Amino acid sequence: MRSVGSRLIVLAVLSIGLAAATNAFLTVSNLLNVLRQASLTFLLASGLTLTIVAAGLDLSVGANVGLSACLAATVIKSTGSIAAGVAAGFVCGVVIGLLNGALITALRLPPFIATYGMLWVLHGITYWYMAGETIHDFPQGFRSIGSGYLLGVPVPIYLMAVALAAGGLFTRYTTYGYELYAVGANGEAARLSGVPVRARLNLVYMLSGAMAGLAAIVYLARLNSAEADIGEPLTLPAIAAVLIGGTSLFGGVGGLFGTLVGATTLTLVLNGMNLLAINANWQPLVTGAIVLIAVGVDIATRQRMESRA
Amino acid sequence: MGNGAPFVPGRVFSKVPGVAYLLVVLAVAFAIFESRFATVANLLNVGVQSSILLLLALPMTLIIMTEGLDLSMGAVLSLSTVVMAFALVNGHSVVAAVARGAFVGLAFGAGNGLLVVVGRIPPFVATLGTLGIAQGIALVATDGQSVVGVGARLPALYRATWLGVPFSIAVATAAYLVFHTLLYHTRFGTYVPALGGNPDALVLAGVRAKTYHMAVYALGGLTAGFAALLLTGRMNSGHPIAAIGMEFDAIAAVIVGGTSFERGNGWLPGTVLGVLTVGILKNGVDLMEVPSSLQVASIGLLVIVALLVDQLRGRLRGRA
Repeated sequence: MRSVGSRLIVLAVLSIGLAAATNAFLTVSNLLNVLRQASLTFLLASGLTLTIVAAGLDLSVGANVGLSACLAATVIKSTGSIAAGVAAGFVCGVVIGLLNGALITALRLPPFIATYGMLWVLHGITYWYMAGETIHDFPQGFRSIGSGYLLGVPVPIYLMAVALAAGGLFTRYTTYGYELYAVGANGEAARLSGVPVRARLNLVYMLSGAMAGLAAIVYLARLNSAEADIGEPLTLPAIAAVLIGGTSLFGGVGGLFGTLVGATTLTLVLNGMNLLAINANWQPLVTGAIVLIAVGVDIATRQRMESRA
Repeated sequence: MGNGAPFVPGRVFSKVPGVAYLLVVLAVAFAIFESRFATVANLLNVGVQSSILLLLALPMTLIIMTEGLDLSMGAVLSLSTVVMAFALVNGHSVVAAVARGAFVGLAFGAGNGLLVVVGRIPPFVATLGTLGIAQGIALVATDGQSVVGVGARLPALYRATWLGVPFSIAVATAAYLVFHTLLYHTRFGTYVPALGGNPDALVLAGVRAKTYHMAVYALGGLTAGFAALLLTGRMNSGHPIAAIGMEFDAIAAVIVGGTSFERGNGWLPGTVLGVLTVGILKNGVDLMEVPSSLQVASIGLLVIVALLVDQLRGRLRGRA
């Protein structure tokens, strides 16, 4: 929690700096815009966070968004039913998550390999399924999931709040949540203390797939257009948000609130660069540097605390 | 399993990864169903297409043996094609251009080594960060465009053949021999598997483990930078995102080649098998006019199937 506190301070300093540097930053519409962007990243990164907490990894989240969004798009177009499209996208995400879980727990593939292989399989299927087509112009009711407002606040921000609240309750106040951290910190110890490790891992990959399916629907509604490559640029920012938020790849440390702070920090920096008219080509460099600094400072702090203890 | 003497027959058999069988099956199947596959020209083509991947997969094998990872290789390779192309455009010799590209790679590799070994940042995170930095520099330096006008010397070298062997296959073979010697016939090579599993034991034995560990990453960067020689020659230009994602192909080739993420054991000839399998699969499905979308999926399936075969063999052997 202390590390999340220090991240909030960094976020505040960044905001003050941006507010001082450009008039366009501190407007309600821009701040809502930043939060809406961050909420899309957060939705995708939240399930990923849980897999990393459990010492796993889900590299397939971006590709999952690609297939789920394209499937939802075709179902909406062919049936005309928004509910059917949303259900198709969500179920597609869940099924992919279950497959990842099966590869990792039943066939015992390392998570990196299983979800990386899944990434390419999903990319391939999506490109084949779409055959170069673009599907666009969805019903207004569907588009409002991504670009609508409720009481002046963009709808995705509500979704983010719900996901954060539900995820927070799940990880903090249920046995399942505690067991995830136990599995991540020391899988063998967790198994010996009676935690059904495989069942928990299956659950976590399913949740990651489900959140990717949900994110796919929101992205699709926001973009109002589906192409095979819709999910491709999303994986690395999602991983970056988790890492910037202080969740450790070694497992057992971190959580959803950190990921929210990470997603907001990343979005804020990229938004600030846009407002300051900095060439977008700098974005990968800046993202990479922030990840290194955030994780580096974390590790240095932990080492200092350990050497004092 | 010991690391020395990789060519004792009995040992080799138990080490041969499942992908070797897949390779044979694929080659036979393509030869039967596709008349254009088993021709000298086409097989040389597979070799040429695989040579850049091999240059990344060789050092990646060593890095994975230390229980590490280098996600920055594709971005570093791309940046080096840009550096090399700029040097050629500015009238430098091919040697000077290659040296510049390789130096940039070495700098990034050494940076990775510092972050992982001294900074103790997990390799996945450290090299993801340097991936972004290398890609960013390449994009900013070129404004996202190709660097053209590299002249005729490098492309001519790339197209050269020696006794019928294309230049890139010769380079890849030489690189293999260097890495084989390094891993199996030097002190450095003996330390590599221990660096990931038990560096403390190395330190107690008086080995400067940190220096060797950093050297493994530096070598990875250097080789990725050097590989820009082949990529720039092939493209006739430099491009800031030419090789983005190629590190994943390299990781796939290493893993299906029988090197494991967790136990610090690796097998360099297996990596060659892995690279060739990826190459033959891409070439074969291409010849059979499978849509390129499903070619992408086939690599993912290859990774999963090859690992499953290995697991199954492991379990059968465990039972025996």
